Amino acid sequence: MNKVDLSVQIGSLTLRNPIMLASGTVGYGNEISEFTDLNKLGGIVTKSLSLKPRKGNPPQRIVETPAGMLNAIGLANVGVEDFLKEKIPFLKQFDVPLICNIAASSVEEYVECTRILTEEETINAFEINVSCPNVSEGGLLFGNDLKSVATITDKVKAVTNKPTIIKLSPNVSYIASFAKVAKENGADAVSAINTLVGTLFNINTRKPKIHNVTGGLSGPAIKPVALAKVLEISREVDIPIIGIGGIMDWKDVIEFMIVGSSAVQIGTLNFIDPSAPGKIVKQLKEYCEKTSVEKISSLTASYIL
Amino acid sequence: MFIINSPIEEILEINKSIYLLKIYSPELTSIIKPGQFLNIRVSEKVYPLLRRPFSVCDVDGDHFYLMFNIMGEGTNILAHKPIGSELDILGPLGNGFNLEGNYDTAIIVAGGLGAAPFPYLTRTLYKRKNILSFIGGRNKDDVITYNLKNVKEATDDGSIGYKGNVVQLLENNIELLKSKKIKIFACGPTAMLRVLKDFCLTNDFDCEVSTECAMACGFGICQGCPIESTSNKEKYPLVCKDGPVFNIKDVVI
Repeated sequence: MNKVDLSVQIGSLTLRNPIMLASGTVGYGNEISEFTDLNKLGGIVTKSLSLKPRKGNPPQRIVETPAGMLNAIGLANVGVEDFLKEKIPFLKQFDVPLICNIAASSVEEYVECTRILTEEETINAFEINVSCPNVSEGGLLFGNDLKSVATITDKVKAVTNKPTIIKLSPNVSYIASFAKVAKENGADAVSAINTLVGTLFNINTRKPKIHNVTGGLSGPAIKPVALAKVLEISREVDIPIIGIGGIMDWKDVIEFMIVGSSAVQIGTLNFIDPSAPGKIVKQLKEYCEKTSVEKISSLTASYIL
Repeated sequence: MFIINSPIEEILEINKSIYLLKIYSPELTSIIKPGQFLNIRVSEKVYPLLRRPFSVCDVDGDHFYLMFNIMGEGTNILAHKPIGSELDILGPLGNGFNLEGNYDTAIIVAGGLGAAPFPYLTRTLYKRKNILSFIGGRNKDDVITYNLKNVKEATDDGSIGYKGNVVQLLENNIELLKSKKIKIFACGPTAMLRVLKDFCLTNDFDCEVSTECAMACGFGICQGCPIESTSNKEKYPLVCKDGPVFNIKDVVI
């Protein structure tokens, strides 16, 4: 058969395949590049950046859960200035779409970060994190409020021509309404889902197992929730969706595409097998060859209900 | 660092519920340094999901050893792996001990399973330095002296060695310690490391401590394992990447 076309489109951004690495699970690319060839991937999303460096939360930040993990890192990051100075030179060497994730405590900070970063030609797109559950200011407060999501999307789009993806929170009753607002205010795509708020307690000490009390649940445990949220958006709103949530292998990728994703992000799996993303790209190609899928993008929203 | 599958050749129970795994892996043994660790995937299934970090206990030719006790499902699976089965290993990780310095006697201080990294350190150092090992535990089953040299023991219940904690045992030997050029290498429970830090600061002893923290990846991408620095209040070093070994003066314990 003809050569399989793995490329996908996220607004004006073309990815050579649907496999992206999720924010917060690849740092700024250097460590994971020792395990997986970044040039073979669809895109990488940086750790959330804020205007100034953030120290993040004290330990304990992570605890394992059944088929998942809770994290409350607290957006620890180097800040926009050091990112441009220290991380971009390394990232420049790769021929892979670079998506900068931005997390801020105010609308002004989102705008300022985007305004500065959009000047850097290595950066291909933005992902706006309006849904971090682990910080006291901003974060989920924005992600839970339609007006905030509208304002942030609108104001960010006013300072950049680059594709802008709004990362949505699953901790809302109706996620499609947030996707709709993002689209109406100029977003090129949405990514779903960020982590689910959860906690675990130690029954002997009666204290929470992570310092922040609650954290974000990720890993295969959340896959069914993520699929349902992607499907909900897909049925209600005409906007490219990047599916995220507990992908462990190529079959999960196909499943996310069927329910409506144009591309996907791999997150928690990078901690367990940082070589997995490259392998999954290969397996997707084999799947397409075997099942005579000429264009992988034809799988998007191919569900039969 | 890389991911490799290496076969388990032997599983020994060396103390009550303390296990030792012997693994054949020339690729790893040729590069591992004392104090480094490995992140091990104990199961292909989604529970336990994350890898489990273990410090390298000893290296002998093409084999290395891991020491652990059964803490939960992950270590339970590991202790009962079939001989000959392959272990999915990510490593070597972390900085390891800095063995350099102006000292003639290495003082090993460990509590409980904190003894795990010291057989390899002992093997690496004993030909060029004197070694004294101060090993503590709650009781005699908790005192692990496997492949250590010149051991003095301390137990909370007095069931073996000195009755009291291992830092009290160090204080009882202060004249001996002060008569030599020493460098301390330590690992153990937080309570032990806290008093050890005071002891080292009071006596101006150089001390390297191997720390631990819950972590996911083991190589810096999850940012899950911060430790408070004494000098830089703006940024947390990471136990996995900047450590796990720190100078005891540099971190808040």
